[in-house]
Amino acid sequence: MQFEHLPATQILIPLIGAVFILASRKNIVIWATVSLLTLLTFINSILLYKQVSASGIISYAMGGWEPPIGIEYRIDSVNSILIVLVSFMALLVALYARKSIEVEIVAEKRPVFYAMYLLCLTGLLGILATGDAFNAFVFLEISSLSTYVMIAMGKDKRSLIASYQYLIMGTIGATFYVIGIGLIFIMTGSLNLNDISEQINNVSTIRPILASLAFITVGISLKLALFPLHSWLPNAYTYAPSVATAFLASTATKVAVYLLIRYFFDVYGYNIVFEDYWLSMLLIILSIAAMIGASLVAIFQNNIKKMFAYSSIAQMGYITLGVAIANHSGLVGSLVHIINHALIKGTIFMAIGCFVMKLNSTTIEDFAGIGKKMPLTMTAFTIASLSLIGIPGTVGFISKWYIITGAIEKGWWWLVISIALSSLLALVYVGRIIEIAWFQEPKIKENTIRLSHEMIGVTLIASITTLYFGLNTELTVDLAKIAADSLLSGISK
Amino acid sequence: MIIINQFIASYNYFIIIFLMIAGLYIVVARGNMIKKLIGLSVFQTSVYLLYISPGKIIGGTAPIINDNYTLYSNPLPHVLILTAIVVGIATLALGLSLTIRINEEFNTIEEDEIFNKEEL
Repeated sequence: MQFEHLPATQILIPLIGAVFILASRKNIVIWATVSLLTLLTFINSILLYKQVSASGIISYAMGGWEPPIGIEYRIDSVNSILIVLVSFMALLVALYARKSIEVEIVAEKRPVFYAMYLLCLTGLLGILATGDAFNAFVFLEISSLSTYVMIAMGKDKRSLIASYQYLIMGTIGATFYVIGIGLIFIMTGSLNLNDISEQINNVSTIRPILASLAFITVGISLKLALFPLHSWLPNAYTYAPSVATAFLASTATKVAVYLLIRYFFDVYGYNIVFEDYWLSMLLIILSIAAMIGASLVAIFQNNIKKMFAYSSIAQMGYITLGVAIANHSGLVGSLVHIINHALIKGTIFMAIGCFVMKLNSTTIEDFAGIGKKMPLTMTAFTIASLSLIGIPGTVGFISKWYIITGAIEKGWWWLVISIALSSLLALVYVGRIIEIAWFQEPKIKENTIRLSHEMIGVTLIASITTLYFGLNTELTVDLAKIAADSLLSGISK
Repeated sequence: MIIINQFIASYNYFIIIFLMIAGLYIVVARGNMIKKLIGLSVFQTSVYLLYISPGKIIGGTAPIINDNYTLYSNPLPHVLILTAIVVGIATLALGLSLTIRINEEFNTIEEDEIFNKEEL
């Protein structure tokens, strides 16, 4: 079976859906439509993945304009997996969303929230699918603008401040990215990523290219919340509605990492980026600072959402560390960790959404004894938390294993120590919640809102997925190995 | 002399860099949320110029095929920047509406005062 237009429909389904769902006011109708649309997107992504694995790279000329003049959608072994991942998380969170949104968002804003959710998905999928530098910027802004709106819809009025701060930071990041593309465009006259990668070695002077590398790295690092540029993330995740947090934590930063990987390994090429070690070293130092610093901050948080927001920064540190190590094992570790962390954080924030709905509180002390009242959700939460630490047998272990292998292959033994230290810190903050939730007596009375079955069901499914990929590692690791092979194929050039 | 000539030859880049830094400085240095957004706009505007100015070829015309003209300017930067302007307007509009909501909720748009009142 061959569908020619799969790369376009991948983006168009949520984009067009976002407009149409505004026509309805009934929460259940909108929710069913959004679930159906994300299901279609997911099926589309699976078909797309099958097509890529069967027949290799798909180059799709948007609107019939041939690349490099027209916009090219280029699906290969790297982004096809991530498209499946983002579509899958979008499907899970959409199924989960109904009751949570009914409780957290006032009736007249719900259709807009769902529309923003679909637009954000459109933007993220667009960044993944496109092979055009400027098109990626437009999709980056589509996803960012809809994210700001989703965050601002949080119950707490501080969500407005969080959204505003993210808007300022995010726009600076996106503008840095455009400056970088502008410099490349001036030097090469092309915006097609594939075309740029061929012309970038023929430019008359290398300095503007290095400047563009700096701008693009900083711009994307803002979006992926690399350590000193992470200040927008904790508040955004804390005050956003639970559904938005679950979706953003599992997809948005991962897509930004993809863009960084794409620029480092495909556009600029290994030789320019990692030739002299200092960009690599800089990334490693910042990653370690994120892994240890953010984990330390997480230990002292009283707000559970903020704790796991800081934990997200720490986990992004692992991913960028794997990228900075820049050998095969390191990249495999990074790619696997992108998948794993999406599943883990998705599960954790969906479970937190359930708890918060029942307890009406995000303070950790109030979670005492929640394990006895909500055993299923807490089990899902515990499984995901153990993966976060990286206990052998869970998904978190595999990605860390590959990153450590990559570090050892490079002879950087001290990295192993910092990874182990960061995992220990994760054990401290996760352990604290598990201890409070399972072994302490309840302190506050939960409210009478009944959780819907699909909320608990989806959270459990997500946690079972993390378990499955922890025990059956071949699927994710093999995919990541193929992707890493294709990314590193340019080294010998 | 060479330095002055180079400066004059690439004066557009100096204007761009000046606007870029000025805009970014306003965003960082000001606590007033409206002023921050103005700075952000200036910052984004510098990028428009970064794209537009290299697209101009002296003596070049719009790319309309005509026997009288042989030298054409590249139209692509203008198209890109039209898109970027739209994105910039959307960002500014969203930022301003957020500021209105913040003013309703907190009765101020000074960041310092909000951070004094609220624990973020």
